[in-house]
Amino acid sequence: MQMPEPREDILARKDRIVSRLREVLPADAVIDDGIELKAYECDALSAYRCPPMCAVLPTSTAEVSAVMKICHAEGVPVVPRGSGTSLAGGALPTADSVILGVARLADVLEVDYANRFIRVEAGRTNLSVTGAVEADGFFYAPDPSSQLACAIAGNIAMNSGGAHCLKYGVTTNNLMGVKMVMADGEVIEIGGAHLDAGGLDLLGLVCGSEGQLGVVTEATLRILAKPEGARPVLIGFDSNVVAGACVSDIIKTGIVPVAIEFMDRPCIEATEAFTGAGYPDCEALLIIEVEGSEAEIDDQLSRIIAIAERHDPVEVRQSASPEQSAKIWLGRKSAFGAMGQINDYMCLDGTIPVSELPHVLGRIGELSDQYGLKVGNVFHAGDGNMHPLILYNANTPGELEKCEAMGADILKLCVEVGGCLTGEHGVGIEKRDLMGVQYTPEDLDMQMAVKDVFDPGWILNPAKVFPLDVSAARRG
Amino acid sequence: MRIESETDLAEAVKGANGPLRIKGGGTHDVGAPVVGEVLEVGIVGVTLYEPGALTLVVGAGTPLAEIEALLEDEGQRLAFEPMDHRVLLGTSGVPTIGGAVAANVSGPRRIQSGAARDFTLGARFVDGAGRVVKNGGRVMKNVTGYDLVKLMAGSWGTLGVLSEVSLKVQARPEVQASLVAEGLSPAQAVRKLSAALGSPFDVTGAAHLVGGRTQVRLEGLTGAVAYRTKALQDGPLAGFELVEGAASAALWAEVRDVAPFAGTDAAVWKVSVKPGDAPRLLDALGARVSDAVLDWGGGLMWLAVPDTGDCGAEVLRGEIAKLGGHATLVRARAETRAAVPVFQPEPTPIAALNRQIKAKFDPRGILNPGLMGV
Repeated sequence: MQMPEPREDILARKDRIVSRLREVLPADAVIDDGIELKAYECDALSAYRCPPMCAVLPTSTAEVSAVMKICHAEGVPVVPRGSGTSLAGGALPTADSVILGVARLADVLEVDYANRFIRVEAGRTNLSVTGAVEADGFFYAPDPSSQLACAIAGNIAMNSGGAHCLKYGVTTNNLMGVKMVMADGEVIEIGGAHLDAGGLDLLGLVCGSEGQLGVVTEATLRILAKPEGARPVLIGFDSNVVAGACVSDIIKTGIVPVAIEFMDRPCIEATEAFTGAGYPDCEALLIIEVEGSEAEIDDQLSRIIAIAERHDPVEVRQSASPEQSAKIWLGRKSAFGAMGQINDYMCLDGTIPVSELPHVLGRIGELSDQYGLKVGNVFHAGDGNMHPLILYNANTPGELEKCEAMGADILKLCVEVGGCLTGEHGVGIEKRDLMGVQYTPEDLDMQMAVKDVFDPGWILNPAKVFPLDVSAARRG
Repeated sequence: MRIESETDLAEAVKGANGPLRIKGGGTHDVGAPVVGEVLEVGIVGVTLYEPGALTLVVGAGTPLAEIEALLEDEGQRLAFEPMDHRVLLGTSGVPTIGGAVAANVSGPRRIQSGAARDFTLGARFVDGAGRVVKNGGRVMKNVTGYDLVKLMAGSWGTLGVLSEVSLKVQARPEVQASLVAEGLSPAQAVRKLSAALGSPFDVTGAAHLVGGRTQVRLEGLTGAVAYRTKALQDGPLAGFELVEGAASAALWAEVRDVAPFAGTDAAVWKVSVKPGDAPRLLDALGARVSDAVLDWGGGLMWLAVPDTGDCGAEVLRGEIAKLGGHATLVRARAETRAAVPVFQPEPTPIAALNRQIKAKFDPRGILNPGLMGV
């Protein structure tokens, strides 16, 4: 993965830049020690690493603004960072960049149950937003797998999803307002505790812009009343095709499960060996969760099971207790860890039309044979958001490259069948050079024109999202 | 001129040598009056409909009625419940999907399901230079590049002319029911609506007609709706009466289309605020407001005021500046709309961003110039 060469003129000014940053930040908020900077050399796409020139950890919007003013004046690239859990390299630094971490901006600023919103500082972790309101019966819906660690700032940057967005939507559907520091340090507010934009929907534009339009320091988020209860059912099938057809039939009926998760045989076998969750020996399984009162749950599950029965399931496992529910989820929740125990893996997240599931799974199997790399599939089937996990050995020379080539082939396939490169992880550096597969030069130019407006100097996370050759002229 | 293909649309915009007034079905004459050649988007037809994937791709000029009929055959619908502006605005014409998306038109269910912008998965459009641009796609989760679809939704044809949209559709519920009470003050009503919306019972509509009904809607499986209505009647909505089926649907069509204001000559404001601020805003406006309909639990206010002077813009927007939110003058005489900013004036830095975005998307400034005040 190519990154721009660090600019010598910036590196030569390092001392001055760092001392200017120290003037506006608390003493422990500027890190330029080589050892300490190791913590910021990568995010969760750990195959790529590069320590930044320095890292700053401001504690207020005013400090973020002061940092941006200095970096803007010095022409230094700034890489915003939430908790560093990006799987796409969204927070990967370059050697001439300043990492701007928002982890110290973690306060709850306002909770309003009557109007159903919470206002938080953007470095707050996703799960702790729910933590702030759950005692009162509310929750924040988007639930990326990394929710224990990931920050709202990163969720906004990547427009993160999660297992439950089939019912509740992704970040952009639950974000009401932001306070944002612009590339030149100006502080703006977009949206608020009311719904929808009065003019152009800049909030919708900022959400998912991967830290390239501004640094979000505060967010107003929609909170919802917790459902009375939830319960999963596990259904095993003897083919991927049949499981895929069952998903489509359920969605058509009008029952809205909160989650429909899909695992294929390689993934079932790996998690079984890892957790002993007691999953059936089958080609594909679905975990479907519904919400409501006990009676409503029974009603929905009986309808779902009736549909599943028409597809000759090898097993239908209902839960009769919270313990059994936990056991049904155990394998799914441990799937990434289980695959990781076998080998290194690359996690893709292309999204496809649900109707293409059987075809795409078949093609992934063929690609797996062709490249000689194992693949497990575990994903959000209800919305077609796939997560093929390609296993490879990082210590075998050439295997990472082989894995990336196979990943690229899978993502091209996703686009070919009417889907997209990334459903919830973001483009970052990982899918950057594939953007031309999904978009024409005109499409990309229109997107880059938006960045030109917000960040004319292209100092915010400049080497991400757009292929380097396509953005070269703008990055200067 | 009426355009029937994307290629012709691109040619027409590229070849235009003056301002263009973009027209969908012509039901929704809003904003500062635009002087220019009328460009009517007649790109119609269904490109793709996959009920099992909840996905519909259609030409932007496709009438909403055709889409609703097509979806109904498969037991589905548009979740965002777009209003029919002909009722409120007294216009003729045929509402189109492109118009609904371009104006981000969302009805009572917006409070629970989301707005038009939330259900628009992808868009193709022609920008002001005549370039064809696509963004998003037809899948439900897509974070590939910037979300220009959101920007297009609610840009009223000022940034580009929509040629095709992809939508996420929704299964129709088995049943719907409403809980209705009479005689509540706005403050009492908003408290009741807030309690219902803050319950775990998945309320899909929460409205109050000032001086009249307060109503809450539930939709879903038969058993679930029965259980939830009872739970609400036993709890926060004690004393509310049950209305079911078609009678319930009629209550919501009235709110969706702001039917109480039909045929009057009052000017109409559409105001978005924090729901709890609605009673305070009504108090502040006092006798200026001749009638009001509150939707979205109070967060969406339709206000009828005399079409004189600035229609109360200064007072209304002065209050909103303190509370947060925005007010759009959706109905008024053309002379009024030419004099009073129809859209909420934005703070200076936001207005600057809007202007620059407009300049990038429409370098010659020919698409609905002045409509949004940009």
